[in-house]
Amino acid sequence: MLEVKNISKAFRGLRAVRDASFTVPEGDINGLIGPNGAGKTTIFNVIAGVYPPDSGEIFFCGKRIDRLRPDQVCAAGVGRTFQIVKPFAGLSVLDNVIVGALHRERGVASARAHAVSILEKLRLGSKRDLPASSLTLPDRKRLEVARALATRPRLLLLDEVMAGLRPTECDEMVEVFRSLNRSEGLAILLIEHVMRAVMALAKHIGVLHHGEVIARGTPAEVVRNPAVLECYLGEETQV
Amino acid sequence: MIRAQIGLAALFLLLIIFPLFAGAYALSVATLILYFAYTGQAWNVMMGFAGQLSLGHSLYVGVGAYAAGAIFFHYGIGPWAGLWVAILLCVALGMAIGFLAFRFGISGVYFALLTIAFAEFTRIGFDHLDWVGGPGGMFLRVAQRDTWDIANFRGPPLMYYYVILALVSFAFVLCHFLLKSKAGYYWQAIRENEEAAQALGINTFRWKVYAVALSSAMTAVAGVFFAFYYNNLFPEQIFNISRSIEIILGPIIGGLGTLFGPILGAAVLTLLSEGITELIAALGWEIPGVKQVFYGVVLLAVVMFLPHGIWPALARRLKLNA
Repeated sequence: MLEVKNISKAFRGLRAVRDASFTVPEGDINGLIGPNGAGKTTIFNVIAGVYPPDSGEIFFCGKRIDRLRPDQVCAAGVGRTFQIVKPFAGLSVLDNVIVGALHRERGVASARAHAVSILEKLRLGSKRDLPASSLTLPDRKRLEVARALATRPRLLLLDEVMAGLRPTECDEMVEVFRSLNRSEGLAILLIEHVMRAVMALAKHIGVLHHGEVIARGTPAEVVRNPAVLECYLGEETQV
Repeated sequence: MIRAQIGLAALFLLLIIFPLFAGAYALSVATLILYFAYTGQAWNVMMGFAGQLSLGHSLYVGVGAYAAGAIFFHYGIGPWAGLWVAILLCVALGMAIGFLAFRFGISGVYFALLTIAFAEFTRIGFDHLDWVGGPGGMFLRVAQRDTWDIANFRGPPLMYYYVILALVSFAFVLCHFLLKSKAGYYWQAIRENEEAAQALGINTFRWKVYAVALSSAMTAVAGVFFAFYYNNLFPEQIFNISRSIEIILGPIIGGLGTLFGPILGAAVLTLLSEGITELIAALGWEIPGVKQVFYGVVLLAVVMFLPHGIWPALARRLKLNA
């Protein structure tokens, strides 16, 4: 479904991503992990069209999507959340999600209905009339997800949405993604530091270090990979 | 919601019957308030809704006024035809500025500077345009002041009052529906966070250009009104940056991005400014620039105590959700 081929991206002298390749199969949940500064968010931004890659190609459902603008990538069926949340602070929670829903819905009324159902799924239903600026950080993360889901993506890019959630909230969120994946075939690519969530969700994991993919495999394989243990989890970590 | 609608209907009725018991002076002040309310509403579409700061809206007032004025002056054709020329010209100008700015990623204060620049060099251009009188100005024939000549938009002050009232009402209804439509949601999303808006599939470039186009079209109509109400046009005055500032003060004081803010702001500012003019006259002071100082002080007070404008605070107090 998503094919990332030999992507490189440098900012001035800093080579944030080097020759990275991976795929997300149709209907799969995949994870992307790596230490801070490994280039995970840069890869997301390149996929989402925030900036073009210096070299390499990205295909989504057979269509080339590198060099598209972010709104065109969204139209192609890729939704994303931002690691540093970007709510429409002055608008209500519901209106935030309606903006996303309007992307595929015909009118405001049906967009509102769609938005309400998504807010219920993410347990934000009771807060829908509050201004987004009044939400706590975990709720803002949920709002990011709700807004992205409202655009009816076929692939969802999640950038550290579990950070700051309590373990029970994290499990709830995992359950939301699982059910979306099961019921609607939504494919997910997640960047995550919360291993609890990655291990529970991801079928395959790619490990990024200094902008390079150093390991790929199932969660169980990856956490036993010596290279990964050394560079990322630390030598003595046991999971 | 119901209370807001009743209040609005009452205000509208009051404004309709207002001339029955208003003298010439009160009528001219009311016309001025409505004029600034309307230009404020037009500017509010761009800044209040879509978050694009224009400090050069005098450009559209001026071009609109000169376009319809010149067609009337040279060919005797009334403003109902000139209006469309004015709108077309202003939309073309607005879209050109928007295209230039948004294509090259100019935003915020830099965009505001660009709007000032365009207004300024249009002013200089008109100073050298002899066809419309250059710096000496253009004067429209003032024929009948007692009969309603709707075709040529010539008539008594009462006619202008009702026309500008109709414009404000139209703009209010238009903005009301815009805010509830896809355009309103998209513009507000862009205003709040452009990057997030784009990630949700909004072609931000296109929607920002739409906002500029609509705002400039609405302002062009104000320009046509200005030309036929005041009957004299000077580039030095009409394109002046202080005119642009006058336009934006109402919505800022009243409440950016709100429906009623521009109207309330225009009323507050105009009434206070007329009041202080009267007061100064009564006291016998002759100090130039007192009005400007006064404007500054009010702006300062509102920004300090009511950073979101008067209307949001007032609406909360009155428990209105409009």
